Parts: sequence; C-alpha cells; structure tokens
Amino acid sequence: MNSTTDLRYVYAVTRPFDGLPPEGARGISGQPPRLVRHGDLVAVVDAVPAADFEEGPLKARLEDLDWLAGTARAHDAVVAALATVTCPVPLRLATVCRDDSGVRRLLEEGGERFERALDRLDGRMEWGVKVYAEEPAPPAEPASPRPSAGAGQARGSGRDYLRRRMEARRSREADWGRADALSRRLHAELSAQAEAAALHRPQDAKLSGVAGVNVLNAAYLVDRTRGQEFADLVHGYAEEGVQVRLTGPWVPYSFAGIGAEDEPPAGAATEPGDGTQTAVRP
Amino acid sequence: MSAPVPAAGSGAAASPLAERRIALVDLLDRLLAGGVVLTGDLTLSIADVDLVRVDLRALISSVNENVPSPFEVR
Repeated sequence: MNSTTDLRYVYAVTRPFDGLPPEGARGISGQPPRLVRHGDLVAVVDAVPAADFEEGPLKARLEDLDWLAGTARAHDAVVAALATVTCPVPLRLATVCRDDSGVRRLLEEGGERFERALDRLDGRMEWGVKVYAEEPAPPAEPASPRPSAGAGQARGSGRDYLRRRMEARRSREADWGRADALSRRLHAELSAQAEAAALHRPQDAKLSGVAGVNVLNAAYLVDRTRGQEFADLVHGYAEEGVQVRLTGPWVPYSFAGIGAEDEPPAGAATEPGDGTQTAVRP
Repeated sequence: MSAPVPAAGSGAAASPLAERRIALVDLLDRLLAGGVVLTGDLTLSIADVDLVRVDLRALISSVNENVPSPFEVR
C-alpha cells in the first residue's frame, strides 16, 4: 500500500467515539478503517488504490457486477460494525477523496448536513418492506383431443382454450389488485408507525430472482427500541397470492440525505407502485 | 402469504445462496440510491451520475457501442 498514490474511500461520518472501530469491520482494503477527525465530526476512511478508484477506472468497475457486489458488501460491513458503537451516517457508494486534507474539507463543507443527519438517525434503524403479487400457477391443461375427434369436439376445445386463457388473466389481475390494495394499506399503516418512509423503485424480477411482480419496495425509519414491534406488524399482513417480505434492520441509508427541515411528514410519500422515489434527496 | 426474509445487510447473519442474490438487490437499492451525497471538486464521486442507469446497467449488461456509457465526461 503506497500512501502517496492511495485515495481515501469514505464509508460514513460519525461523532467522535471511544475506542477503535470494532473488530470485524474490515473494509474494501481488507484492513480496518481509519478515523479522520475534523472538529466535532469523524470520517471513517479506507486507503484504496488510485489505479482502481480514480474516476476512469471507477466507472469501469461500477459496470462489473461482481466488483459492485463486493464493494457494496464491504461498505455495508463497515457501516454495520460502526453501528454497534456509534451512530454512523452512511455515505453513498464510492465517495472518494484525494487525501486526508480532502477528507477534512468534505467534513467542513458537509458539516451542517452531517449534523442534521446525525440528529435524524441517532437511535434509529431502517426496515425494508417489499410486496409481490405472486405468479399464479398455470391452469391445468386437459388432455388434447385425439386426432380422430369430430368437428364438434374440436370447436369445444378451442372454446376451452380461450376460457382458460381468460381465467388465467383474470386470476393474474385479481392477484395484482390484491397486492396493490394490500400495499396501500400496509404502507399507510407502516408510515404512521415509523418516523419517516421512503419508496424505492420496484425491483425487476430478472434482477432480484423473485417470482412475482414487485408492487411495493419501501423503507421505514424506526426507533431501535420499536424494531420488534414494527416487524411483528409487518408479519401480520398476509393474503392469498401476495407475498410480503421484510428486510433489516439496516443502517438508515434511505434517510441519510434528509435534514429535519426538508423531510416530508410520515405518510406523505407518493403512491406505492408508481416507481418514483421520495424522501431521498442529495 | 407472508414470507419474511431473514434480516439481510447491515451486519445480519449470512443468508443462503438464493436469498443472498435477493439481498444484493436490496443492498444496491441502498448503497446506490441512499447515503449522503456530496458533490463538488472536493471528492471523486458517482453522486452526479444517473443512478437508475448505473443500477440497471451494472446488473443487466456491459456498456458497449450500442449502449452508451451513462457517465458524463466532467
């Protein structure tokens, strides 16, 4: 590792805290992160090679799913470890400074926003909730008519085929309708119980590997002490043909960019399922 | 039917392989679209990039001459 050519990857910002970064918080470099303090704020940083993290190579790396996955997991591992000893305000993936003085300038320039985020996130965690309309099982196909079947029987099987197609379509639309209605009820109730809510884009089934249409992909900011209660609430929502999945607790990435004065009130997020993102702004 | 996924990300126990694939998408929802974003000449950052394109492009295909790079030249 060459300190003159290494850049500084910034994972998160915290207040000064006692002790070292917790064990197990090995980041992208494989080493525990370093703390850079400026005033009342601390940046948690890692030395990363310029050959990989300068703008040009970084752009190429971000196109590589394996690299992206490894980097995201390492970033989250550091952030999660910090959460056991302090309140980390996570930065977006791939925030890189040239050197330590650049890191200090980052803390200076972003000071007010980091302070607001620390106040907002301290003592809270994020829970993710996704709702899917399940793929209906394909309707049972009766045996095809034998070649010697008469004309009447052939017309009947044509009608049968169309009827099965229509039933399958109605069944699918009914499932989507149920999933949509459940999503709206669930989002309204969870938004009322949480301190803030954010909507992410529905996930593509090809990317997530989940069969079914993702109708709601939401995140909720919840006080640490109310996490179990919140999870129990989600588990109470169950309906035929609809899948509800809970993830978390996460460090609140989805709420890190929000300051107290520009946060929408809970429940004011836009309609679920329209693909827009609310309450997450640079 | 409720099918809760074991807590994924942010320090939870490792998930089985199938769920690990799902968890990656959840992780990227947060790492690519969440977190504090700072712009300016103080940092190198992908903050200015249209993250929808980074998100989908990274996961679906590689950039080639038919698929222009999502990155602006700064």
